Amino acid sequence: MIGGGLVGATLAIGLARASHKVRVLDGGDTDFRSSRGNFGLVWVQGKGAHSAPYAQWTGSASRAWPEFAAELLDATGVDVQLQQTGGIDYCLTESEFKSQADKMQRVQDQTDGMFEYQMLDNKEVRELMPQISKAVVGASYSPQDGHVNPLKLLKALHTQMQKLGCEYLPNQPVIDIEARNSGFKVITRDGEFYCEKLVLASGLTNTELARKVGMSVPLKPNQGQLLITERFEPFLKIPSIHIRQTDEGTLQIGDSSADIGYDDSTSLQVLAMIANRLLKIFPHLINVNVLRSWSALRVLTPDGLPVYEQSELWPNAYAVNCHSGVTLAAQHATVLSQWIAGESVDNYQGIINEFSADRFTDV
Amino acid sequence: MNFPQTDLPMFKTASDVEKIEIAVDGKSTMVPKNVSVAAALLLAEAIPFRYSKVDQSPRAPYCLMGVCAECLVTINDEPGQFACQTNVQPGMRINRS
Ligand SMILES: Cc1cc2nc3c(=O)[nH]c(=O)nc-3n(C[C@H](O)[C@H](O)[C@H](O)COP(=O)(O)OP(=O)(O)OC[C@H]3O[C@@H](n4cnc5c(N)ncnc54)[C@H](O)[C@@H]3O)c2cc1C
Ligand code: FES
Repeated sequence: MIGGGLVGATLAIGLARASHKVRVLDGGDTDFRSSRGNFGLVWVQGKGAHSAPYAQWTGSASRAWPEFAAELLDATGVDVQLQQTGGIDYCLTESEFKSQADKMQRVQDQTDGMFEYQMLDNKEVRELMPQISKAVVGASYSPQDGHVNPLKLLKALHTQMQKLGCEYLPNQPVIDIEARNSGFKVITRDGEFYCEKLVLASGLTNTELARKVGMSVPLKPNQGQLLITERFEPFLKIPSIHIRQTDEGTLQIGDSSADIGYDDSTSLQVLAMIANRLLKIFPHLINVNVLRSWSALRVLTPDGLPVYEQSELWPNAYAVNCHSGVTLAAQHATVLSQWIAGESVDNYQGIINEFSADRFTDV
Repeated sequence: MNFPQTDLPMFKTASDVEKIEIAVDGKSTMVPKNVSVAAALLLAEAIPFRYSKVDQSPRAPYCLMGVCAECLVTINDEPGQFACQTNVQPGMRINRS
């Protein structure tokens, strides 16, 4: 397993459960690591408006989350703080409201009605979240959304992965891979490793590593900035893509999106824009102290959907990337790992096939 | 081993230090000059600094370097100030919540 972020750690768990002996070679702290800078949403609404497989896959991940979180707690003692109390996406203009309504309807159509949602006006939103301002035109609400503490999730995954016998080697950046008929020789900065099966889960670095084993995985970074506040009275029972409150009371505020390459610096201008938008929704937060801010890079494919690729040239090599590694973790630990392990995944095979990287080369 | 001898003590006891007057919860208090509000309150045994807004547990400075936000107090009517990142000034009004 190359990479020990959310994707690599989750797949290592699934493969260890499928009786594989797994070694995880991870990079170092200076790498771009979205698994350490993300927002922690287990988010369904809006996902897959243009892709039925993605809408269905995301929905199944959200339904699999309670069992996954319970297993992690039981095995590791780490409570990832899963709360699936629903999610809200606030709209500040009529046109935002209308395009959100269209998007939600499309997702429902793509899932044959499995995706549930409501479009709420200001008064109805106020019943769920009394603190919102008059500036909120309305919102979409889905009972299927939720959130976790993403750093606790990463900790739980690493604990579980090592408990299941996976060998974890940090600071072992892979610099080359040689494919042979018997397997792969993986060359890191410090040594050489051999394996029969190779899974690339190195985030943005996957493009470069995949090429070495005959796969073409186009990816590009997309920057998101976040604000973290002091602990505040618990008031936000329902998370949104703009704000969520942790069990400890911290408010995590986002989220920006910028196509600016490999740049994970923060800028006052973007942070101010994030804060100003939030204050339009929740004016009572005006005096809350912001303690920290950071930026992290999303891992995006050209169409925003996951890549689950098996090398045609070297069929024991796989590449896995996704935009929503938190949300999809529950499916990655089970179904996707079984697919990589060569087990039957029944109805899901069709969905997994849809996410082959072929789609970027078939014209 | 010979240690260099000097007449200057490496540490001064708090009583030697110049004091200034501040108000802690409205009560006049003498504290050392040039220390942080957190250090001054700790010396004055004004603990806890605040109660958690989440579970009401008593809190006090933890990191003393501006990271944990456990030391927040009201300084000159401005709430949510970092006691460990602010130096005391004569006449400063500090309130704990
Ligand atoms: C701002 C932001 C907000 C987000 N919010 C959410 C959200 O709310 N919900 C959600 O589901 N998803 C969210 N995401 C997406 C989610 O964080 C990612 O999908 C997920 O972290 C991807 O995990 P990964 O393991 O593929 O990548 P990474 O976290 O990048 O992990 C890759 C790992 O590979 C290692 N590596 C790199 N190069 C090498 C090499 N040459 N050799 C060995 N190891 C290497 C790195 O050190 C790293 O540990 C968000 C992302 C961002 C940036
Ligand atoms: S004591 Fe930690 S921030 Fe002040």
